[in-house]
Amino acid sequence: MRHLLSTEDLTRDDALRVLDTAEYMATVADRSVKKLPTLRGRTVVNLFFEDSTRTRTSFEVAAKRLSADVINFSARGSSVSKGESLKDTAQTLEAMGADAVVCRHPASGAPYRLARWVRGSVLNAGDGTHEHPTQALLDAFTIRRRLGRLEGLSVTIVGDLLHSRVARSNMWLLSTLGARVTLVAPPTLVPVGVEQWPAEVSYDLDAVLPKSDVVMMLRVQRERMTAAFFPTEREYTRRYGLDADRLAAMPPSALVMHPGPMVRGMEIASDVADSTRSTVVEQVANGVSVRMAVLYLLLGGTREVT
Amino acid sequence: MSGRETSGHGTARTVLSGEDIGRVLTRMAHQILEKTAGGNGVVLLGIPTRGVPLARRLAARVRAVEGVELGVGSLDPTMHRDDLRFRAVRPLEVTDLPDGGIDARTVILVDDVLFSGRTVRAALDALAEFGRPRAVQLAVLVDRGHRELPIRADYVGKNMPTSRQEAVAVRLTEIDGSDAVLIVSEGADR
Repeated sequence: MRHLLSTEDLTRDDALRVLDTAEYMATVADRSVKKLPTLRGRTVVNLFFEDSTRTRTSFEVAAKRLSADVINFSARGSSVSKGESLKDTAQTLEAMGADAVVCRHPASGAPYRLARWVRGSVLNAGDGTHEHPTQALLDAFTIRRRLGRLEGLSVTIVGDLLHSRVARSNMWLLSTLGARVTLVAPPTLVPVGVEQWPAEVSYDLDAVLPKSDVVMMLRVQRERMTAAFFPTEREYTRRYGLDADRLAAMPPSALVMHPGPMVRGMEIASDVADSTRSTVVEQVANGVSVRMAVLYLLLGGTREVT
Repeated sequence: MSGRETSGHGTARTVLSGEDIGRVLTRMAHQILEKTAGGNGVVLLGIPTRGVPLARRLAARVRAVEGVELGVGSLDPTMHRDDLRFRAVRPLEVTDLPDGGIDARTVILVDDVLFSGRTVRAALDALAEFGRPRAVQLAVLVDRGHRELPIRADYVGKNMPTSRQEAVAVRLTEIDGSDAVLIVSEGADR
């Protein structure tokens, strides 16, 4: 692997290598010294054109646990048009000798452009409504740790599919790893072309819940909504929110996941988010292990393609 | 037993047979008991891949000789290697320390072949992240020379002078299906 741009083009072997490596990285958190010298002298740049606390901090912690130098480059609010400013920034990073660039950008595909302009590895930390590969990898890692496998599981992804890069990345990755994915959303929030995805689509959450091993709730992304996609928040919650009654309809071992940030009371009820079936806090901890694994696999060897 | 077989790249010579390896390990187990006053507080840590079954075998022999139960585990030094950026990414192996950790214990690192000494140096660094042993010793099945660092083994199964053009291949039943140590000479054209 040279870059991590999407899970759509990630092979099964590469995905499993990330998850297996992350198992090792997870043990580092239990040691008295939580730091490895592996990436000493390497520079990782966090290039964020969009707000993020969780993902940026997670990448920063991951890189620091591997002894890499971390530069946080927050490039929000630039008046230059996006294409130009991205190229200018790429040249700056190139001059600083970045070995890896972790990029979040509001435009889908921006990390792909960046990957052509810099010599180092590019890690997509979320691009527009396209992909968020490390989130999907940490979700898969969390499921595998809790349920012991991914093959044959039924995973239901619920909510704002239209704007969710998390849903897209998870759908590609989980189907590559042998899970059956069902997407649930109001018809207005189902993207065009969904019939070509390796997933089933349903508009009826209550029908799908009893058959689900994992239910992944998505945040309704108000900041990306340019039209009225549903009448009221109350109606959305009534039809697509996960509350205690719906949790009780799920199989007893089924997991509740959320990539965060959660809007409690909207897509997920507070007591469901805090229940023992919810993996929300684990997902954050696992995020560091998975990002350490990806950084190691991208930067831990020779620069030459093997 | 001593045989010669030819492969595509050169010749392979059997230096230790399965029986030889068994005898060598029994001797090493006795030496460990002798040098550590009966194995008191000793932890055997195998370096993956083949150091791990060797550590288990040494522990089994110590148990058979004196009935002492040594701690056994594995230690993957990959993340501490100094040659990571010169090779393709290495897969990570399991690190598994026995209960009670390594603080104030005598840790014996176990590996199949001692060559440049760089793996052992990395293992010493890795060890420091888990605690502070009372002492660290090194047990190897084969010492083939060509050290690049001031490192030596406390227990050596067999000293095997080799040239740098040769490769030492250790085969163990647990991983390879049978026991043997071979010296593989590469073809004269290489």
